[in-house]
Amino acid sequence: MSIQTPSRDEQAGTSSGTRDGREQSHRKPGVRLAGAFYLMVLPAFLLFFVFHTIPVLQGVYYSFTDSPGYGPSSFVGLRNYIALFTDPRVLHAYWFTFLIAAVATILVNIVSLAIAVGLNSRIKFKNGLRAIYFIPNVLAILVIGYIFNYLFSNSLPALATKIGIDSLATSLLTKASTAWIAIVILAVWQSAAFNIIIYIAGLQTVPTEMYEAADLDGASPWRRFRSITFPMIAGFFTINMVLSLKGFLQIFDHIVALTGGGPGTDTESVALLIYKGGFQGGEYGYQSANSVVFFIVIVGFSIVQLRVLRRREVEV
Amino acid sequence: MSTSASETGTLVGRTDTPTTVRTWRRRRRDRGGPGVNWWLTALLMVLALTIAIPLYFAVVTALKTTDQLGGTGFGLPTDIRWANFADAWRLTDFPTTALNSALITVGAVVLTLLTNSMVAYAIARNMNRRLFKGLYYYFVSALFVPFPIIMLPVAKETAILHLDNRLGLILLYVVYGLAFNIFIFTAYINSIPRALEEAAAIDGASTWAVFWRVIFPLLAPMNATVGILTCLWAWNDFLLPLVILSDPGSATLPLVQYVFQSQFQTNYPAAFASYLMAMAPLLIVYVFAQRWVISGVTRGAVK
Repeated sequence: MSIQTPSRDEQAGTSSGTRDGREQSHRKPGVRLAGAFYLMVLPAFLLFFVFHTIPVLQGVYYSFTDSPGYGPSSFVGLRNYIALFTDPRVLHAYWFTFLIAAVATILVNIVSLAIAVGLNSRIKFKNGLRAIYFIPNVLAILVIGYIFNYLFSNSLPALATKIGIDSLATSLLTKASTAWIAIVILAVWQSAAFNIIIYIAGLQTVPTEMYEAADLDGASPWRRFRSITFPMIAGFFTINMVLSLKGFLQIFDHIVALTGGGPGTDTESVALLIYKGGFQGGEYGYQSANSVVFFIVIVGFSIVQLRVLRRREVEV
Repeated sequence: MSTSASETGTLVGRTDTPTTVRTWRRRRRDRGGPGVNWWLTALLMVLALTIAIPLYFAVVTALKTTDQLGGTGFGLPTDIRWANFADAWRLTDFPTTALNSALITVGAVVLTLLTNSMVAYAIARNMNRRLFKGLYYYFVSALFVPFPIIMLPVAKETAILHLDNRLGLILLYVVYGLAFNIFIFTAYINSIPRALEEAAAIDGASTWAVFWRVIFPLLAPMNATVGILTCLWAWNDFLLPLVILSDPGSATLPLVQYVFQSQFQTNYPAAFASYLMAMAPLLIVYVFAQRWVISGVTRGAVK
């Protein structure tokens, strides 16, 4: 299949055109690039194109139609997009998703950074504790969400009544004004596990000599964290912030398990709205437009966040 | 909690007694030996209860009878009802469902390892060619595409192609994993010197043989990472099975908890037994392989 032996290599080098000659000066057995490498990537490319690129293009196409998800549909131009911006259910879903994503991203990073610093210091049972804190990452969000659902709707009110905290005596999940807190708690509980591990990996890259120097200067623990630890792991902070926000903007399982989007549509996230409207509500075309907007929003957020955090990284 | 606090108090005292000379203590501390911060240890153990409480709660609830429910529900069961597990087993058709999850997870992991590493190899070794470089960015840019945008069309597409089943699901995990896996595999392959491959090539090995006999074994650490991440994803995923699978008989473990929610509402102990059974397999694997799992996940994140 490919040309391997040195003698044939030379042959091919002389017989092929200038392109291959240039390639050969790059690295020696350059001509070896034969069918094999193309065959290695071709099936993956085709499958990826069929199951990823085509659906994306189809989604964009349907966003300009009034398709209910089946049967014939007609082209409606930008009407879906215009309707999106005046639809209270859609606007509320975006607002609710931003709220959850922002609060959960900030909280999860504070919590996991604090725990990671703890787990990385001179403590006993280091490995055992690390293993425990990682457990939520191996559990299905939906399943653990159902357990939290019961805790929030039965155990917590019973506990609050016993102690006498009236504000918690009714389930957090019955009102949107409190349900978002429950969703954030589950989100932080579940994804802190992964973030802690990344922060620990980051903390282990900080050379201990730097702390010795700070110790000699009599720096306080907080001062040491601010002046040494945090700047040294700024890259890890950026990664975690970007990944957390991107993940939480697509929040779905947590809400299905805790509220199902209710009461009414008060706790619907954008992903849940696209699912419900697209598959059950006969709004296939309309929700396709919504998902295109959602895509742009997520890419936009990621880029802005990367820019801001990278600039900060350089500053500190 | 109070007992642990007093215990650590005495221990802190003990570690502090040998000497009060500051410099001496600092040197000892840096070597790692004693000088353990017991207060912090205790604090982290108390905080770890937040992980343990929901799991403890699931266990005790799964063992109760329905009339033992009520109140805060944290008490131990007075009368253990093992039949909850039998109920859950029957209701969710556990053997079939668990087998579905296992088949899909194993299929996705094996196929991902065999194919994604190979694609990454071809790309990594030809990054100087425009076609392969373009392909790299084509795959990796999918990291920015949120699943909801392809969710509606891909459900339709798989239904038309008769891939709205377990096989289709495996295929989608393999294909959707490409973006991230190529990203980390190529970074790793770039750190492998080409000399080995060139030597093998001179000995007459074909490109395929070079990949399978020389490169693939060298990828073992990254294969572990990708395997672990794919396994966690495929086993615990809910959204993809929800939109792809059309036959109830091929439902996965998370999906079946969703499907039976309405019936679980009247029988919480059986529901919790079912949740435990859904979480147990991966949890057990994790308990035995936790060091390996954590280091694997870390490697993927740091790359």
